[in-house]
This record gives sequence, structure tokens and C-alpha cells, in this order.
Amino acid sequence: MPLYHNDDQAMLKDSVAPFVAEQAPVSHLRSLRDSADATGFSRDLWAQFTEMGLPGMLVPEAHGGLGMGHMEAGIVLEEIGRNLTPSPFLSTGVGAVAALAKAGGTQAGRWLPAIASGEAIVALAIDEGAKHRPDRIATTATRAGNGFRLDGKKSFVLHGHVADMSIVAAKSDGGITLFAVPKDAKGLTADPRRLVDSSLASHVTLDGVEVDADAVIGEVDAGGEILDALLAATRTGAAAEMVGVGQGAMDMTVNYLKERKQFGKLIGEFQGLQHRAAHLYGEMEVARATVMKAQQLLDEGSEGAKLMVSVAKAKAGRAANLAVREGVQMHGGIGMTDEYDIGLYMKRDRALAEYMGDVHYHIDQVARMNGY
Amino acid sequence: MSELDAFRAEVRDWLEANCPAEMREPVRDEGDVCWGGRNWVFKNDAQKAWLEACVAKGYTVPDWPKPYGGAGLTPEQTKVLKQEMKRIHARSPLDSFGIWMLGPALLQFGTEEQKVEYLNPIARGEIRWCQGYSEPGSGSDLVSLQTFGEDKGDHWVVNGSKIWTSYADKADWIFCLVRTDKANKYQGITFMLFDMASKGVTTKPILLISGNSPFCETFFDDVEVPKTQFIGEINRGWDVAKYLLGHEREMISGGGAGGDMVSIGGAFARAFGKNAAGELDDPILRAEMAAFDVDVFAYRAMGERFMDMWKTGRAHPASSNMMKYVGTELNKRRHELVMSGGGSEALEWDSEETKGGARARGWLRTKANSIEGGTSEVMLNVIAKRILDLPGA
Repeated sequence: MPLYHNDDQAMLKDSVAPFVAEQAPVSHLRSLRDSADATGFSRDLWAQFTEMGLPGMLVPEAHGGLGMGHMEAGIVLEEIGRNLTPSPFLSTGVGAVAALAKAGGTQAGRWLPAIASGEAIVALAIDEGAKHRPDRIATTATRAGNGFRLDGKKSFVLHGHVADMSIVAAKSDGGITLFAVPKDAKGLTADPRRLVDSSLASHVTLDGVEVDADAVIGEVDAGGEILDALLAATRTGAAAEMVGVGQGAMDMTVNYLKERKQFGKLIGEFQGLQHRAAHLYGEMEVARATVMKAQQLLDEGSEGAKLMVSVAKAKAGRAANLAVREGVQMHGGIGMTDEYDIGLYMKRDRALAEYMGDVHYHIDQVARMNGY
Repeated sequence: MSELDAFRAEVRDWLEANCPAEMREPVRDEGDVCWGGRNWVFKNDAQKAWLEACVAKGYTVPDWPKPYGGAGLTPEQTKVLKQEMKRIHARSPLDSFGIWMLGPALLQFGTEEQKVEYLNPIARGEIRWCQGYSEPGSGSDLVSLQTFGEDKGDHWVVNGSKIWTSYADKADWIFCLVRTDKANKYQGITFMLFDMASKGVTTKPILLISGNSPFCETFFDDVEVPKTQFIGEINRGWDVAKYLLGHEREMISGGGAGGDMVSIGGAFARAFGKNAAGELDDPILRAEMAAFDVDVFAYRAMGERFMDMWKTGRAHPASSNMMKYVGTELNKRRHELVMSGGGSEALEWDSEETKGGARARGWLRTKANSIEGGTSEVMLNVIAKRILDLPGA
């Protein structure tokens, strides 16, 4: 497969890009922020997403979805990134779907149709500390009665306080097990925190949460593979969103270089800025290609996908970070004002950079996967 | 089975039957590279057999049309052939500035007669070409070149000198930018072709910091060039040169990607050793190598996307400048890490164990990557102007 969008994907982009730009531009984020919205996203917008079939893009057709791939999901995520749109699409439509579809069984049958129909918001309760360390899960699943008792603390759970279900990764007797924990489970509390980018992420406490045996996603002790699928999908999705954030910041900045005058010249005439902008362009193009490669390998089920996913998360992280930093600097004083959007890009980038492993984590993973 | 799968199977069988085992070994030194030409001496029978097999099949230039010595493959088939060659680690049968640079210019701007006359000997490895672009006074500002061809009716008399002509001392012919109108800067240059054996042509190798001499100074003293030996139009050679520079950038930019998904840290750890935790036993170097691996794997994806888009007309025409910039900067970084990893061993200049100081010489050689074929700074200027459309650039 060539590494560019085919006709169907180009058509998808042509319908999604104007839709997101019109319905959820940066002003949409601002209005949610300024009204101290307690949900963290707009339910009306989610209903519109549902009309377009977006929450169920990755859901297999047998479960009421569109059965599309990560390349298609990436198209939506890039527009979400470019417009800084608050949305549960990444956790629900990408991460949760990847896990449930990989696992199959009861929970897939229960939740995939609900996601596709827009009824269910799903949160991913993976992290436990300030840094992403999915190989050191301390939350425990102990056999109790007909099922399990879950105890532990989770952090950085996006949409955790409004999720209809949370996918919880826990340590079981012989490995890792994933559970579908419904929002009304006794002993489950979600304490939402406002983050730097105005999103809401919860500290989730599982205090003796009792679930039935059929709450297990996949098989007991065999959650590692399902967790890997969840992580690969979410990381790739976050990388695609970062490409959108970086591209949005870069476009805004390059336009500014063509408008702003100092010393009687457009500042874009200065070679000191031209070279930095041109360097940034190269980094963004490389990041975009890398993310597409990761999407392609995931969609092909290739063995090389895991390496490329970490490469993509790291590269997109570096490139988008450069884009927002250069963006603020090249905007000068107004880049520091709340009125201008460029600062909002910097904030979103910071949150996405941390999500599901930062640049350093993934660079380290690349070293490990290459045997050093 | 799709047509492409069938083609892949056919290519696989053909390679199995025709690529000698010696030609599947890594290239160890310059002598392993086959450049062809009138005076070429094959290193061994395998090198000769491999070239001849590829020539017969059109595989030295697989995507060129058959009448010009190619195999007439589609971009998809060419990609399959390259993948299959890479899979068995097959060496390139023929390296050639004729293939990489003159060929594309002839295909784009040449007359039918010229294509038949010049492309076939290139494809067969019979004529080795060199490129005469830069002059002592014209580097990044190439268009200021002064080598002059005086119009004598049916021929030009060329005087001047070129610098950085790769392997001019070994080449049979030169493609050369010559000023034919002193009053017109851009539209006063002609893209000429002439025999290096012509009277008045002399070459002098330039000793580089690497201790090697891949480049020459080339002098023209009343060299007569028939007025049939040019490409495109008289005085419009700059158009050809610009087109060709794009190809040169494509070619040079490939350097940063360096073969398969080979990890520099992985290779170094095998040689240097690891700590009890299985990590490279030098945490800061490990981190730098891993960050480099990320960038190089990312650039490989970029290379794949760029070629997919370039070959189907989807790429921005100036995007080869970005590829060249990113690729050459990466390659320089790679060799800095190779030197760091090698420590004092890598400093050895001519010992047998270091294959004649291969690391040190290779490292020094890469410093030219971001100078030749347009400096990194010129690449950034072009991106700023042609892609980002920044003012006054």
C-alpha cells in the first residue's frame, strides 16, 4: 500500500475536516473552558459525531460499526488536533474499541454496539502514577465470590468522571487482566482534575470494587495482549492528534510571519525565522509520514507495528512540541496572551505528549525493542 | 494471485538464478562498487556476471523504457524489484551518475535520437559520466558560473574550470553547464555533453580531509564541442540543471535512511556490551543513539512516503529539498555517533583492523553531505520560499 491517503480516505478527510472546523473550532474549546463545563466535552457534538458514524469507525461491522482502520481514525484525530476539539473519540472510539475488538466475547458484545451508537463513553484506566508505566501495574484483582475484587488507584483517566464504563488494567494471580467496570460499580470513585489544556482527567479509586467474572475483557491473566492492542491504538491515535496540533500551530505561525511587520519588513523576510520555519516544516512532514506508517502497519496486523508505534509517538511528540514552542516564540508578546490561540496549542500538546507515554518513554522502548 | 504478486514471484526466481552469492555480501569498500565505463576493470567474475545479467534484463535501470535499455517497469513493479533485491542483500549492479542524473534529464529534455544514443550505453555500463556544475567561484550561487563556450558556428570552444567533479579522472564523458551568453544570467547557460578524451580537457584530483580523492578539479582549455551535443535548448540549460538538482537531492537524501531498519544502538551494543539490565553500558550514549534511531526510522517512513508521492505526481516539487536537508543532517549525526561509539579505536587512520580507518574517513566524508548538491542553508531557503511561501525569500 502506498503511504498516502487513497481516494476513500481523501473523501473522508474532505468531509471530516470542514465538519470539525465548522462545528468545533478553537472557539468551541474556549466556550467550554470559559463556562467551566463539567463534562469535559460537548454531548451535542458527540451526537453529531455519531450521526457521521465516527465513534464506530473502528468497530467491526458485525458489532454495528464501520470496520475501518487506524489510517481512517487518524484522519479524524488529526482534525480534532488541528481544532483542539475536546472529544472522547480517542479513548472511546480508538483505545477502548481496539481492546474490546481484540478480546471479543461478552464485553465486546455488550460495549462495541453501544460505542458505535454513541451511547457509551469509555475511559481507559491504565496509568497509576505521574508517569506512564504500564508494565508496573499495582492495582490488584483478587478472586472473590463469583468474580473479582479490584483495589487500587488510577490516574490521568480522561473522561473517567463521566464514562459509562472504564477499562481497568489490574494485576491478577498469573498476569494482567483487563476489566470492564461500569460507572455505577460500588467502590468506584472518580475525582476529576482540570488539566493545563482545560480537559478533565480523573484520579480513579477502586476500593474493593466487586465485579462478576464476565466483567473480564478477554481471558483472565491474558490481558497483556489486549492491553498491548489498546496501547498501540491509543498511542498511534495520540500521535495523529499531535500531528494535527503541530500542523495547526505551524500553519498559524507561518501565516503570522506573513502578516507581522517589524523594522519596516514582514518578519517572514528574516532568514533567521525562515530557516527555523523551514526546519519545522521538515520535522512535521517526517512526523506525519511516521504516524501514517504506524497506522498502516497496525491495519495490516504487521509484526513491525509495535516498534513503529513507539517511533511515531516519539517523533510526533518531538515535532509537535517544536511546532508549539516555535509558534509561541515567533508570535512574540501576543503569543503569551490568552486571547491568541497559539498558547492553547502549546497546552494541548503538553497533555498529549504525556498521554500513553512521553517522548522519553518511547525512545527508551525503541532502544529495548532493538536489544539495547 | 495479483499481477504484482506474480511479478514478485518471477523476480524472486530470477534473482535466485542470476544474482551470484558474492554479490549478496555487504559492500566493504569502494572497490566493491561497480561503476562501469570504458576503462572499467571488474573486481571479479561475479561482479561482471551480475552486471551482464541485469543489463540483459534491463534491471540496471528497471523503470526506463525498453528502447533505452530499461525494463519498462511500472513504479509499483520497480518498488517490488528493489524490495526483493534488498531482501537478499543484492548489491547494486551498477552505480552511475548517468543513471542517477543524466538519464532523468535526457528522459525529460532529450530528443528521441539523443535518448537512444546516450541512454543505452549508460544502461549497459559502457560509458561512465561525470557532472560539471560547480566552479571555484560558483558554489551555492551556481548560476554565477563563468566557464564559457564561444560560438564558432558548428561548434563551441569551451574555456574555464569546474570543481568537485566526482570521479572526473575516471569518467568517459561529462555533462556540463557552460555559459553561452554573458549578458543573460539565468538564460545564458547551455547544458553540454562532451567526451573527457577531447583535446584540452585535464583533471586534477582534490585531496579531501578524509584522505580520499573522489572529486577533481577539471580544466577546459579550448575544448571543441559540436553544437549538436547539448540537452534542451541553447541558453536554457538552467532549466535542465534545476530539474537535475531535484534528482541529486533525492539521491543524496537516501543516505540518511541507510538500508534496512538497522538500529545504530543495537549494532553498537552487540560490539560494545551491555550491563546486567541488558542496556547499553553507557546511559547517555544509549539515549542519544535511541533518539537517533527514532529519527532514522521516522525518516525511512518519510522516504517511503516521499517516493510513493513523488512517483505518482503527488509530492510538492520542492519537497526533495526537504528530503535532502533532513537526510543529510541525519547522516552526519549517524557518523558522529559511530565515532563516539568507536572511541579511540575509531580514530585509527590506516590500521588493518579498522579497514584503513574506515570509520574516521567515513565520518569526515559525511561532512560534505550537507554542502554538495545544495547546502542545508540553501535547502532551507528553498523550503521557505517555494513551500512555505514566505516573503522575500
